[in-house]
Amino acid sequence: MKNKSWKPWILLSPSLTAVFLLLVIPICFVVVYSFWLRAPSGQDIPAFQFGNYAKFFADFFYPSILLNTLRVALETVILCLILGYIPAYFFYKTESRFKPFLMILVMLPFWISFIIRTLSWINILGDSGLINHLLLKYNIISTPLAMLYNEGAVIMGLLQYLLPFMILNIYVSLDGIDKSLAEAAKSLGCTEWQAFKEVTLPLSLPGVSAGCLLVFVLTCGTYLPPMILGGPGNEMIANLIFKRIIGTLDWPFGSAISTILMLLLMVIVYTYNRYMGINQIFKTLSNES
Amino acid sequence: MKKFISGWSLIKIFTFLVYVWMFTPIIAVVILSFNPQQFGSFPMEGFSFKWYVKLSHNSTILDAFKNSLVLGSCTAVLATAFGVPAAMAFIRYEFRGKEFLNTLLIAPIMIPEVVLGVALLLFIRWLQQPKSFALLLIGHVVLTLPYVLLIVQARLVGIKKEYEEAALSLGANPFQTFREITFPLLAPAILAGMLFAFTISFDDVTATLFWATAQNQTVPVKIFGMLRNSISPEINALGAVMIVLTVSTPLLAGYISRKFAKGTGK
Repeated sequence: MKNKSWKPWILLSPSLTAVFLLLVIPICFVVVYSFWLRAPSGQDIPAFQFGNYAKFFADFFYPSILLNTLRVALETVILCLILGYIPAYFFYKTESRFKPFLMILVMLPFWISFIIRTLSWINILGDSGLINHLLLKYNIISTPLAMLYNEGAVIMGLLQYLLPFMILNIYVSLDGIDKSLAEAAKSLGCTEWQAFKEVTLPLSLPGVSAGCLLVFVLTCGTYLPPMILGGPGNEMIANLIFKRIIGTLDWPFGSAISTILMLLLMVIVYTYNRYMGINQIFKTLSNES
Repeated sequence: MKKFISGWSLIKIFTFLVYVWMFTPIIAVVILSFNPQQFGSFPMEGFSFKWYVKLSHNSTILDAFKNSLVLGSCTAVLATAFGVPAAMAFIRYEFRGKEFLNTLLIAPIMIPEVVLGVALLLFIRWLQQPKSFALLLIGHVVLTLPYVLLIVQARLVGIKKEYEEAALSLGANPFQTFREITFPLLAPAILAGMLFAFTISFDDVTATLFWATAQNQTVPVKIFGMLRNSISPEINALGAVMIVLTVSTPLLAGYISRKFAKGTGK
C-alpha cells in the first residue's frame, strides 16, 4: 500500500494547481489589495493601512447598503422557503406518473441564462408588461401601476433565480424520510397535520436549513437583479463592488468591500457548519444534473 | 379523511401556481420575440420573424455566439479533464487531508461569484496581462470544476471497486482498467458533468462581466450591454434562442444517450 501513496496526488495535482493558482492566490490578493492606497492620480500604492475600511464605516452610506443586502437576503430566504417547501412536499407525496416530468420542469430554470430570467420580469412587471396590460384591458386600473424598479421587483428576480435551489434541497431531505414513519404516527392517533408537524417536518429540517444557507449566500453575492430590476435605493453590496471595480477602477476600495463581504459570509457559513454540517448542500448539488 | 383531501388539493393548487409563476416570464420572452412592434411589449400585434432575421444579420451578436460556443466547449473539456482524476482520487484512495482538500475544491460554489470575478481580474492585472479569451477560459474552469467534481464523485461512489480490482487481478494495467471498466461505467456522469459545465459557462454573467472585453464577449455579456438602452424585441429574440439552445441540449443529450444505451443493450 505504501508505494501507492503518491497516486492520488498525481490525480489531484491538476485541479489542486488550478484552484490554488486561480482561486486561493487571487483571493489572498484581494485581501492584500484592500490595505493599499489609491493615489489621486489613480495609481495604486502598496501600503498597509486601514483607510479603505475606515472609509466604508465612516458614515451610514456603505453600512446601510450592507444592512439592505442582509435584509433583502433574509426576505428572499423566507419567501423561498414558503414558495419552495410546498412543491417539494408535493413531489415527496405524489404518486403521479408525471412526477419525473414535473421534476425536470423544476430543474429547467437552472439551464436558462440568469440574465434572461432576470430581464424577463420586465415583460411582466413593466408599464406595458403583462400585468399592467391585463389590468388596463379589463378597466381595473386607468394608469399603469409602477411595479418595476423597486425592492419587490428585485425580490421577484432573486426568487426566480433561487427557488429551484430551495425546492431541490428540501426535496432531497424529504426523499430520505421513510414514509411509514408518518403512517405509524397516524395509526397511533395523530391527524395528518400532526403527523406532518411532529414527524415529517422535523426530519426535513437539514434540507430546509441547507436551502436557506445556499439562498442567503447566493443572494449576498449577486448584483444583477438590483441592477436590472431595482431602483437607485435597491443597491446591494455586490453592486457596490461592481461599480468600484468596473466603474471607477478604485481597486483598493473595491477589494476592501469584497473582503468585508467574504468575511461576513465566512462567519455565516462557519457558524452553520458548526451546527448543521455543510455536506448536506454538496449532497444536493451533486443531484442537480 | 375528507379534510386531508382538501388539504392535498390545496398543495396541488399551490404547486401549480408556483409553476405558473416560474414559467410565465420565460414564456413571455419567447412570445414577445415574435411581436413585430418596435417596443417589445404587450399587446401582441401580429406575428413575425423579423427580429430573428435582424439578429442573424448582426455580426457582433454572431461573434458573441461563436465565442460563447467555443468557450463553453473548451470549459467543458478542461473542467472534466481536471475533475475526473480528482474525483477518482477522492473516492478510490485514502490519504491525509482528504476532507480538507475536497472542501477546498468545492469551495468556489460557496464563494460569491462577484468576489471570484474581482479576484481573478486583480491577479491578471498584477501579472500585467491583458483581458483575453484565456482569462475567460480559466475563470470558467474554476467556476465549473466544483460541479463536475460533485457529479462525477456522486456517480463513482455507486460503482463497485470490485469491478476494477477484478480487472487488475486478471492482468490489466491501471490504464487499461480505467479505459475498459471505469470509463464506460462513468461515462454518463462525465457527459452530465460536461453538459453542466457547458451550460454554466454559456450562461454565466456575474463573474464574466468582470473578465470580458468588447472584443471578447459572450452572449449574456452582449445582452447586458444591449439592456442599457431598455428592453427591445431583439433582446427577447436573442433570449428565446438562448432558452431553446440551453434547454434542448441536455434534453437531447439525455435522449441520445438513452437511445445509445438501448442500442448496445441488444
